Amino acid sequence: MKYVDEFRRQDLARKLSADIKREADPERQYNLMEFCGGHTHAIFRYGVQNLMPPNVRFVHGPGCPVCVLPIGRIDNAIQMVQQHDVILCSYGDMLRVPASDRKSLLKVSAEGGDVRMVYSTQDALKIARDNPERQVVFFAIGFETTTPPSAVAIKQAQAEGLKNFSVFCNHVLTPAAITNILESPEVREVGSVRIDGFFGPSHVSSIIGSQPYEFFAEEFQRPVVIAGFEPLDVMQSTLMLIRQLNEGRYEVENEYMRVVSREGNLKAKGLVAEVMELRRSFEWRGLGLVPYSALKIKKEFAEFDAEKHFELPAIQVNDIKGCECPSILRGVKRPTDCKLFGTVCTTENPMGSCMVSSEGACAAYWSYGRFTQTNSEQESVA
Amino acid sequence: MSADLKRFSLELNLRDGVVDMTHGSGGRAMSQLIEELFVKYFDNDMLRQANDQATFQVPAGRMVISTDGHVISPLFFPGGDIGSLAVHGTVNDVAMSGAKPLYLSASFILEEGFPLADLERIVASMGRAASAAGVPVVTGDTKVVERGKGDGVFITTTGVGLVPEGVNISGDLARPGDVVLVSGTMGDHGVAIMSSRENLEFETSIKSDSAALHTLIADMVKVAPNIHCLRDPTRGGLATTLNELSHQSGVGIRLQESSIPVRPAVKAACELLGLDPLYVANEGKLICICPQEDAERLLEVMQAHPLGNESAIIGEVVEDQHGFVQMETSFGGSRMVDWLVGEQLPRIC
Repeated sequence: MKYVDEFRRQDLARKLSADIKREADPERQYNLMEFCGGHTHAIFRYGVQNLMPPNVRFVHGPGCPVCVLPIGRIDNAIQMVQQHDVILCSYGDMLRVPASDRKSLLKVSAEGGDVRMVYSTQDALKIARDNPERQVVFFAIGFETTTPPSAVAIKQAQAEGLKNFSVFCNHVLTPAAITNILESPEVREVGSVRIDGFFGPSHVSSIIGSQPYEFFAEEFQRPVVIAGFEPLDVMQSTLMLIRQLNEGRYEVENEYMRVVSREGNLKAKGLVAEVMELRRSFEWRGLGLVPYSALKIKKEFAEFDAEKHFELPAIQVNDIKGCECPSILRGVKRPTDCKLFGTVCTTENPMGSCMVSSEGACAAYWSYGRFTQTNSEQESVA
Repeated sequence: MSADLKRFSLELNLRDGVVDMTHGSGGRAMSQLIEELFVKYFDNDMLRQANDQATFQVPAGRMVISTDGHVISPLFFPGGDIGSLAVHGTVNDVAMSGAKPLYLSASFILEEGFPLADLERIVASMGRAASAAGVPVVTGDTKVVERGKGDGVFITTTGVGLVPEGVNISGDLARPGDVVLVSGTMGDHGVAIMSSRENLEFETSIKSDSAALHTLIADMVKVAPNIHCLRDPTRGGLATTLNELSHQSGVGIRLQESSIPVRPAVKAACELLGLDPLYVANEGKLICICPQEDAERLLEVMQAHPLGNESAIIGEVVEDQHGFVQMETSFGGSRMVDWLVGEQLPRIC
């Protein structure tokens, strides 16, 4: 397939694999965190880890939008369906995430709630136009990539004078989360988790640009390479990170130059700034309350803010006992360290959010990597 | 005594009439629906006898029976409809035992208000598919449910067939060393269905591969009666069906991703939607697991058949107590190919 197969070529993968093996210093360990679930997925789907020498390890970060959304927010969404009889429009990934009382949006839908899977905010707007007698809420989640379409939807709804459309805004910000991980005691003070370098997100960076990473490359002295989501991108970026580490550099480099610029997409950023503003703090699954890490809808657009419209309460829910999602999302533990992994928590019956999305570390381990844990004596591949 | 004795006072309004509760009540309206629609399009001696069952001679040997419910949305899709699918699906399920399919039965559950014009289109298509396959629908049943209690039309078909002597095909017979073949490109049906689904319409030239595979299987069984497993990778796609087979046989399977045929347009659609073609449904393809010595001969015969000209050897059966399906990726890495979980959902990022 044009413009896709080129980034999955086996001969180039072999060459990069050989280069990485040659240049990685056998005396040192390279712990490289891929922030984004998109990278986690690519690493597992294409089997990238077994093209790496044993001392190059991928640490999976919290960049899976489904995984980091706290249970309370899903409870809020369910509330709107069950108590306010709204049509809730959601991306497919969200539907299976476990909420309180063993509920999920899929179960709520089975019980008669009007939950609809959409592919874009435009689908949600269309549903609102087609059902003027019903309240339609778009369950907005995701990082900077999915934020501009939500902003556009709100502006469109305003221009059209739609009175039955609102957005339940759960958009979160990448740089704040990376800073939070680097400042966490495990990483910074105790040093129990070593993260030597970062793969910068690809789609997120196409919006925000490479500039926002410059602060923490400098502050925390860790190299960042912005990497595309194709497997060759991941391998090329691995080599770039290894080179920086070998040379003692900690710079922001851009492997994904075919899409990402330093400034990012100014028009998209402008739109978001027009409609949304920073929250003082927001709860992340795994990271807890992270200051200035999420967006809310500005007062001027309050009529399109589902949180205000339905006066949603803040719901605090504890994770399921024994679930290690929080530590896994910070890179402190691996999926196989969790007692629930593969026993009561599987992709068929996920207990924690990391097992739900195909971008979640647990689901990737379970679906793509399970054989390596049983077939080989190695501690684990990833 | 002529005009007064017309069986039904009015013809079935196939242009803008709809199904109503009387069509399932057992009275005259039902009788008319059967005569003017089902008997017309399925026409054969057994059905015309108008009994509640069909009787036929039983030949000596092993018989096979299989049943399949069809509840798809949309009812019409590029390359087929629920009618042709209901024939192909059951003919294939019977044939996957190596059998020659003989007869079908069909049960229709119609929703009140369903347009008779659509029903006629479906029944006509079903009749065409059955006659093309040479497997007549010899008995059937019609029920009508109230509006809102069905999804237009559900069709359940049952088929019987006869297994040729010396053929023993079963999902638990795969052995290490066996070879895995597929009869063509993966994912066509699922992508065709998705492309015509409401709120997901996209333009594609892909048509469903819906087809009856029994003549292909007859050719295969002729040259290689020792085939171990045959199965059509329908719901859940190639990945899920291979997991079923490896689980049933207690073996592992190792695939070569680069050998698995997938049309570029299917690949592109899956790429766009964040789906994996290995999990997308097929309705006119089969997986064959056979002893190594039969593989080349089978491949030749399959490729010579119009429904198998893109057949390929895609992997081998290996010893593995866990029953894992593994794949060497085109990229050069390796990974597991797991069962499909729930429904394949598009990813966000």
